[in-house]
Amino acid sequence: MDLTHTPEEVEFRARLRAWLAGVLPALPPPPPPEDWPGRRAYDLGWQRRLYDAGYGDVHWGASPTVRLIFLEETERAGAPYVGACFVGLLHAGPTIAAEGTETQRERWLPPILRGEEVWCQGFSEPDAGSDLAALRTRAHRDGDHYVVNGSKIWTSHAEVADWCELLVRTDPGAPRHRGISWLAMRMDAPGVTVRPLRTLAGSTEFAEVFLDDVRVPVAHRVGAENDGWRVTMVTLSFERGTAFAGEVVACRRVLRELAAEARRTGRWDDPALRRALGGLHAEFRALWRLTQWNVGEAERGGGVPGVTGSVLKLAYSHARQRLYDTAAEVLGAQALDLDRPWVLDRLSSLSYTIAAGTSQIQRNIVAERILGLPKGR
Amino acid sequence: MRDGVRELLARRFGPRELRDAVERPGHLDRGLWRELGAAGFFALRLPESEGGVGLGLPEAVLAFEEAGRALLPGPLVATHLAAGRVPGAAEGHAVVTGPLGGLVEWLGEADVVRGDTAGAVPLRSVDPLTPLHRLPAAGAPDLVAVLLTAAEQLGSAGRTCELAVQHARTREQFGRPVGAFQAVQHLCADMLVRTRTARAAVHAAAVTAGPADVHAARLLADEAAVRGARDCLQVHGGMGFTWEFEVHLHLKRAWIRTRRAGPATESEELMAAALLEKED
Ligand SMILES: Cc1cc2nc3c(=O)[nH]c(=O)nc-3n(C[C@H](O)[C@H](O)[C@H](O)COP(=O)(O)OP(=O)(O)OC[C@H]3O[C@@H](n4cnc5c(N)ncnc54)[C@H](O)[C@@H]3O)c2cc1C
Repeated sequence: MDLTHTPEEVEFRARLRAWLAGVLPALPPPPPPEDWPGRRAYDLGWQRRLYDAGYGDVHWGASPTVRLIFLEETERAGAPYVGACFVGLLHAGPTIAAEGTETQRERWLPPILRGEEVWCQGFSEPDAGSDLAALRTRAHRDGDHYVVNGSKIWTSHAEVADWCELLVRTDPGAPRHRGISWLAMRMDAPGVTVRPLRTLAGSTEFAEVFLDDVRVPVAHRVGAENDGWRVTMVTLSFERGTAFAGEVVACRRVLRELAAEARRTGRWDDPALRRALGGLHAEFRALWRLTQWNVGEAERGGGVPGVTGSVLKLAYSHARQRLYDTAAEVLGAQALDLDRPWVLDRLSSLSYTIAAGTSQIQRNIVAERILGLPKGR
Repeated sequence: MRDGVRELLARRFGPRELRDAVERPGHLDRGLWRELGAAGFFALRLPESEGGVGLGLPEAVLAFEEAGRALLPGPLVATHLAAGRVPGAAEGHAVVTGPLGGLVEWLGEADVVRGDTAGAVPLRSVDPLTPLHRLPAAGAPDLVAVLLTAAEQLGSAGRTCELAVQHARTREQFGRPVGAFQAVQHLCADMLVRTRTARAAVHAAAVTAGPADVHAARLLADEAAVRGARDCLQVHGGMGFTWEFEVHLHLKRAWIRTRRAGPATESEELMAAALLEKED
């Protein structure tokens, strides 16, 4: 792993840091979790500012090192999180960049970078969660369109999304993994119905999506017909391998804040708590190194992260939960107050061992695909 | 006693009532409170000569275990401890609260407050079924309160274990129930082991009422309840993360109960110090 930086990279860091110091103080506070239109506007607005300042392309155009510097500096300065732009910037966009045609890249990528369009992910179905290849949403050809019928569940940001990366079954007769296609579907197409679902944190972060004779142009298919499982693996590699990179840096910032808070309240005098924070500090430093390594590895492997993404995803999900459990130790009885910082984050951390593939599934992947152990099912 | 409470709660605080309670935060069902009183829930340990049921801690622990299973809301421990001391408490006519571990539950809804709640500040409670105020300082925990809280935690742990096993049996992925996968089996097995171990500790503490037994019960029951709820959530996948499914209510309540006896470190310190004492 190369930890040295070229003069251009050093210059990029300094320029970005100065820019952030200039714009962040004037930024309004983020809208509350229930205010979805507000959140959409806020998240897109921030992406637009990045774009206008020349930082729009860091996710795909720039070198991995520049992308990592970008993540370090934005997190360190406390810049807004990608939020509603998550799917577009971090896995739908990268999938289109890697697998889409020239026309598709030109159509979909610039609006993501300019903060104009929100994407969501329509993979999971009521009967196809861990067993994603069991998905049953059907698409049959009608001229130059697919007609789609079925339903999706747990679709994050569906309420405010313009586009959905949608997995459909195009050949019900083929073996499960060979009859799937990856489509880009407009969320305002006739026949799309979104029913928001409330999470245990109280807000409606995800939704059920019902698809009733929805027409999707064949030109909106990414990858070949019935080759969607391969494209899906590309999407999941980005989702597990690199999409969390910014959050890993953010966790390091949270750790510093926790230490400062513990010092302020006297909780720092508890040696067990201090050591827990120290242990987490070691872990998150290592996770950041692992992230850097994954991003570099992805670049060498033609842009797509490998199966080692599951290692990061697994370690990070559990570390994040321990981080917020430790935050509760710092807060004491105030950890029961939703108005305190970190309390909602603690609740949402509970989803990390489920979303993007459960920890049990990640362990199966590590055991079978990395270690080569026999398949257990 | 236990069957009586279980039957009463099944009839009066089932899934529908639970959902209604969640949608009306801060509201306590007084009718149910009186029925609990009539069933002897609060007067359980009061001598018959004083109009009580005349039973002891072992029976009280069973009743509180049922309350924990059902997620029964209200200042149950404080009202139980007030029976015979505050008029109306034993009968379920009065709702009584008081400080527990630097917090007061249901302060706005209580008829009587026992103990010093000066400087109480309301907070936005993580648990929709438990309104909370925070106090400037925490007093020493009452041993019976610690034990009854452990009993509630135990009931919650038993319930989340059952829910997880039910789901593991019925939810199919990859053409079989997810409970056929060892990863899921082991989560469920560990839930049972923690619950059984905690139950042994809680029931023993109910007999001896000694500080070491009570604090041991507290530590094990807290662990069984919190980890049980988390593992139950994990076994349910996406559904476990929803507002509609009850597991989050178990987790949030369990978090609150872990604070009632003060920080867990104090119980651990007490257990450590007991190692240096003469063996009992
Ligand atoms: C907050 C959140 C956001 C989400 N956002 C999206 C989204 O935007 N788009 C989208 O498509 N999906 C999304 N998901 C869905 C997520 O990908 C699924 O919940 C996840 O894949 C698990 O599927 P499931 O919920 O059906 O659980 P199940 O697959 O039913 O799993 C139940 C339990 O069985 C275990 N299990 C299943 N199979 C095995 C096995 N072979 N070996 C061992 N254990 C096994 C699981 O680990 C789990 O503990 C989101 C989920 C959450 C919680």
